[in-house]
Amino acid sequence: MAEDIKVIVFKLGVEEYGIEVDKVQTIERMMPITRVPKTYSFIKGVINLRGVVIPVIDLRGRFGIAEAEHTDQTRVIIVAVNEMEVGFIVDSANDVIDLNRDSIDTPPDVVGGIKAKYLDGVAKIGEDRLLIMLNLSEVLNKSEIVQLEGLEG
Amino acid sequence: MDMNQYLSMFIDESNDHLQSLNENMMGLEANPEDLSIVQVIFRSAHTLKGMAATMGFEDLASLTHQMENVLDLVRNNKLRMQDFIFDTLFKSLDALESMVQDITGGGEGKADVSAIVADLQAIVRGEVPAAGGASTGSAPAASGQAETPIHLDEFQFSVLEQSIQEGHKVMFVEVAIREDCQLKAVRSYMVFDLLERSGEVVKSFPSVQDIEQAKFDHSFSLYYITQKDASEIQAMILNLSEIDKVTAIALDQESLHQLGQDTAAATAEAAAAASEVAVAVETPVAPAATSTPAPRAAAKEEGAKSPAAGRTGGTPSRTIRVDIERLDVLMNLFSELLIDRVRLEQLASEMQSGDLTETVEHMSRVSADLQNIVMKLRMVPVDTVFNRFPRMIRDLAKSLDKKVDLVITGAETEMDRTVIDEIGDPLVHLLRNAVDHGIESVADRIAAGKPETGTVNLRAFHSGNHVFIEIEEDGRGIIPENVLKSAVKKGILTQEEAASKTDEEAYQMLFAPGFSTAEVISDVSGRGVGLDVVKAKITALGGNVTIYSTPGKGTNFSVQLPLTLSIIAAMMIKLGSEKYAIPLSSIVETGIIKQTQIRTIHGNKMLEFRGSHIPLVSLSRIFSIPDYDESTEEETEIVVVRKGERLVALAVQDFIGQNEIVIKNLGKYLPEIQGISGATILGDGQVALIIDPNAFIK
Repeated sequence: MAEDIKVIVFKLGVEEYGIEVDKVQTIERMMPITRVPKTYSFIKGVINLRGVVIPVIDLRGRFGIAEAEHTDQTRVIIVAVNEMEVGFIVDSANDVIDLNRDSIDTPPDVVGGIKAKYLDGVAKIGEDRLLIMLNLSEVLNKSEIVQLEGLEG
Repeated sequence: MDMNQYLSMFIDESNDHLQSLNENMMGLEANPEDLSIVQVIFRSAHTLKGMAATMGFEDLASLTHQMENVLDLVRNNKLRMQDFIFDTLFKSLDALESMVQDITGGGEGKADVSAIVADLQAIVRGEVPAAGGASTGSAPAASGQAETPIHLDEFQFSVLEQSIQEGHKVMFVEVAIREDCQLKAVRSYMVFDLLERSGEVVKSFPSVQDIEQAKFDHSFSLYYITQKDASEIQAMILNLSEIDKVTAIALDQESLHQLGQDTAAATAEAAAAASEVAVAVETPVAPAATSTPAPRAAAKEEGAKSPAAGRTGGTPSRTIRVDIERLDVLMNLFSELLIDRVRLEQLASEMQSGDLTETVEHMSRVSADLQNIVMKLRMVPVDTVFNRFPRMIRDLAKSLDKKVDLVITGAETEMDRTVIDEIGDPLVHLLRNAVDHGIESVADRIAAGKPETGTVNLRAFHSGNHVFIEIEEDGRGIIPENVLKSAVKKGILTQEEAASKTDEEAYQMLFAPGFSTAEVISDVSGRGVGLDVVKAKITALGGNVTIYSTPGKGTNFSVQLPLTLSIIAAMMIKLGSEKYAIPLSSIVETGIIKQTQIRTIHGNKMLEFRGSHIPLVSLSRIFSIPDYDESTEEETEIVVVRKGERLVALAVQDFIGQNEIVIKNLGKYLPEIQGISGATILGDGQVALIIDPNAFIK
């Protein structure tokens, strides 16, 4: 048996996603965001998190899913990867679960419109829940963004 | 034991000690007779040796050890400081510094110091002054023993003298331990322990340290301050087992004075013995530096409540080291508090409760004070940069065969840590220039009717939001015509351009890249990387350099620097619903223009401003502001900003006001954004972006 990990579960649309808990710093309610001009459209701007200025990404926009209105449930998950602190805007975040590494399978090519390289795997929890594990360093990979923008532009 | 966790502490402290060694050596060089300075130097060297030995840096330890031997002779009046001794000691300090640097860089701190060590040993061996008569003091003589008398230095002598004046009993005690005693160190320790219970041991021979290591024959002697009678003491010690003989002789003013005179003329025997002992004290020495004779004497002095304090000089400053990151965290948390305060103030005014308003107002005052303190925590005195200069100037003057006095004023002036870290190199360059090019050789100075020693004044002072650092020398001065001629020769200026320059502009030419006025290039300055680098660095820090010079009288380089890099004064502006900050330092003026004043030249919007045409930049368009566009308005507010000589007008919607803002970076994730240099957090907790006006001027 491989080790158990704790995973934060959040939602984008109907899909459930997971981020390992040790990469998450805090989960915040929506707060005022200062727009930053002349940058990627999915970067919503910067927030003031207890005195530190942190850029915020709309995860829907990052994965090319249509962006949604912010609701009471909308949360900002602050993650720290490779010494970068970034906030993810997600539809809701309300669960922490224990997951065994063995239960994570390699992902199919595309899940819910997200390319496989952004994913670490897919975990089956309970009878009919699928949890999509995010590969954070790929999600935040900047060189890849430049290519992406180049293609779109 | 894992030493890594102590390494950074070791490096910090070693640097401190090296710095104090350097400073005190300079002081001693100016004042070679002052033995109290030698004491301080000795203590620093000793602590350094102890630390190095504990950390396992053998080369460092052994070199310091040799230095210590030399210093020990000096402080015991057995060696007179001379020029070559200073040079050797300074050389040793340099070697130590490079070793510590090596350690800082992750190295082992190894270096070949055998040459310097040999020099130091030669000094120890060869320079012991000849015998000064075998007469011994009355007290030791009275003891009837042929034991070596103890030499009291000036400081210990005065401690004894004061004690007698205050009615304490001072005595000279000799203790002989039985020859068959196995653990004489332990026995002697018991004697010391016993004695210190009812008094203070001022000085002992051999030193306490040697006694602890059993490096003595079978007897030792000491000076002791107590309230008890000599016979009482004698009886007390004799009560210990394995003690052969104890003599305690009470001293009065007279006998002490006699002793003092004798001390001045050290006996040959003692000198030889002491140097032997000095060599014999091999490493490794106990890391506890407090067990060394000198600090011990100092500690005893306090214990005896003798008012002789203060003579040792160099009281350690009461500071702690704090990681600069922790200060940043503190600052962040504090700004969070400020935001809550603003919110509380709002709530209080809404609720209109007297008590609440009062409390909130008090909290505001306290937090304002707190803010000041937090800001000040990041400030460091410029002394931390200045302190290495005296040594540098000394070496430089020596190598150039000039006589130079460096006069430092305002070393206590405080600046932000970030500026301090950057300003060192430019200042070094300017100082080297001053000594090399500014100050004339001794012969030239005499010919010009000036005192043969040149003076370099290094001044730091606050003025408004800036710190000024001035480097002024009384050397030959700069002749503007020569500068211009040289500039023309090097192709930096044309003849016509040169003719139209004022003196002021001519001096600024010195900062032009590829300029060096020195006719002969020395190894000190004039190596191609010149004043242009200095200028660039200072400009990058948001500062400025100006030169004032009087030919024949001297030159003054005045460096103007911002107090801090993390807090700036800024003009807050509004563009639609968004707020931005523009650094005040680049704003020339603000104004309102009518739509009709804007002209279009080659498709670019231009504006007539004080007799010339300057471009008008639409911030709303560049930043794609969603809810504002100045072209729909009759009148537009503008901010005129400057980069060097060029001006640009930025169109804004509204001025909010001037504010002190704390600069924050935008985080690593965001790419460089043209026109934005950072962000700041406003009083209401919102983030505002800081505009970088330089980006709009090409």
